[in-house]
Amino acid sequence: MSTRPTTTYWIGFCVVQALLIAAPLALPEFWRRFLTEVLIWGLLAMSSDLLIGYTGMVSFGHSAFFGLGMYGAAAALLLVSPPNLWLAMGLGLIGAAAIALFVAYFSTRLRDIYFAITTLIFSQIFYVIIFTWTSVTGGENGLIFSRPPLSIPFLFSMRFTGTTLHWFVLAVVTASYLILRRVTQSPFGMVLQSIRENEARTRAIGYPVERYKIVAVMLSGLFAGLAGVLYAIQNQFAAPDFVYFLTSGDTVIFNVMGGIGTLVGPIVGAGAFQLLRELLSRLFGDQFPYLIPLGFVFILIIIFLPQGLLGFARRWLNR
Amino acid sequence: MDAVAQLFQSIPVDQILIQTINGIVTGMILALVASGLTLIFGIMEVVNFAHGELFMLGAYIGVLVLAGTGSFWIALVVASLMVALFGAALQIVTLRPLLGRDPLTTILATFGTSLILQNYALWQFGPVARKIQEPITSHFHLFYLEYPWYRLLIAVLSGAIIGAFWLFLKFGKFGIWIRATTQDRVMAQAMGIPVPWVHTATFAIGAGMAAASGVLFGPLVGVNHTMGLDWVLKAFIVVVVGGMGNLGGSILAAIFISLLEAYASIWVSPAQAIIVSFIALILTLLFRPTGLFVPTPK
Repeated sequence: MSTRPTTTYWIGFCVVQALLIAAPLALPEFWRRFLTEVLIWGLLAMSSDLLIGYTGMVSFGHSAFFGLGMYGAAAALLLVSPPNLWLAMGLGLIGAAAIALFVAYFSTRLRDIYFAITTLIFSQIFYVIIFTWTSVTGGENGLIFSRPPLSIPFLFSMRFTGTTLHWFVLAVVTASYLILRRVTQSPFGMVLQSIRENEARTRAIGYPVERYKIVAVMLSGLFAGLAGVLYAIQNQFAAPDFVYFLTSGDTVIFNVMGGIGTLVGPIVGAGAFQLLRELLSRLFGDQFPYLIPLGFVFILIIIFLPQGLLGFARRWLNR
Repeated sequence: MDAVAQLFQSIPVDQILIQTINGIVTGMILALVASGLTLIFGIMEVVNFAHGELFMLGAYIGVLVLAGTGSFWIALVVASLMVALFGAALQIVTLRPLLGRDPLTTILATFGTSLILQNYALWQFGPVARKIQEPITSHFHLFYLEYPWYRLLIAVLSGAIIGAFWLFLKFGKFGIWIRATTQDRVMAQAMGIPVPWVHTATFAIGAGMAAASGVLFGPLVGVNHTMGLDWVLKAFIVVVVGGMGNLGGSILAAIFISLLEAYASIWVSPAQAIIVSFIALILTLLFRPTGLFVPTPK
């Protein structure tokens, strides 16, 4: 392992960070908000990349983790007054972790396509529950709450502005990225990648494959839940639409577009997807079914560019 | 003794009987959808995410042809044929290039297709549900209900299509090719079977069956752009519970799941009755992940 590429990697990392920190100061209101949301979707996509790209399991159920993070945060913000940011985050993560454990326990018994289908069906279970349990979840209307202040206990407390919220989201997403990067490079991450390459051999060597998979799904669900919490704080509502399977589908599209197995790729994919969507609806009006051209782009990428937009940089990014 | 008699009286026998019939009717349609899905999976390891959208497309074509010709039966045939052709084209364009790659890429490609079709339907036909007029409107007495004959006709027709398909697989030359390819793709190719075309034709048949069930089911609930997802989810459950790639298992599982949901909807709302089939799925995964209705693998 030479040190030079690692150095260039970190230089690149710092440049991108600096740009993202400076962005809200230079961008108009709309695009700042846009960028914050791309970061949140990127975190969701990145969490699912741990499964798709590194473990070789395509999850079609990430909306469940995302949604439970969202509703967990909503519960904390509505039930406890004054609303507390860290409590919201904690409860969101607990919610996501609880169902991640549930989903992981059952769905990791199956492989490949079966895993994809069962995660999809599980996320629909939670959608049906949230949608029909009106007295608790608000049903179709969802829940509306106010944004908690950014506070560090006993030190200070301030209201979020657009810019500080962006920085907060950026800090959380960057921290998650570094943690996930560390995880994928750890011995644990190596085992996950060996499961992706050859599950039978990994088992034959003596690794408890199922246990590794359960932990991977839980980790992934935890970060997806974190994305849900951030989204709830950003938009001040929780709605069943986000638990619906289309959110999971978007997550998979972000991954495939950006390049699976790169962690950064999914964020880029989320950005490209949202940018195209915005562009199309500006060109052809709000009613334009932007998912039709995006669907074509998606299929073309699968057939002709299976590595995704950032696939060419995969080795470099994982150094 | 009194307690037992009371218990028996508290069971709503009439409702259970009605729901049994309802369950069998939806079960037969579900079997028609699921057998196409399981056939496609069995032969080329493709999980067709767009299957529900082919079902929906069939229903929409049914609406259009019915409006044009006024005949339900022409609509049924035309919709099945057109969607079968469309399915063949779809397979050639999106799935054939992926042959030999990780099967997971095919689920992604068909997912993309389903997005396109669903949004196209929304764009073209709007969010309001369209209605298909049922070909026969007469009813018969069933306890306190006027039960439509049409529902029974659906069950019979679905059964007939599945039966014809089974005969085709068993005795038709092409059916034998399909079974041979399912068993061993490489060997089939070596024996001179045009495997790529068998794939395409199988996909087309599956698509046509989905379209036929879409037209048959249309009069019961109305046709809208999201109807596909509900059905593909149910079909997925059926296919996993019945044992992936196993035709007989899927048909039994379809009826089993539909009966479960029908009985559950006596006590809870239909939206919540779906949870019962989810539970059936979870139990299957826990205790018999190879499927309920298949012989134990050795």
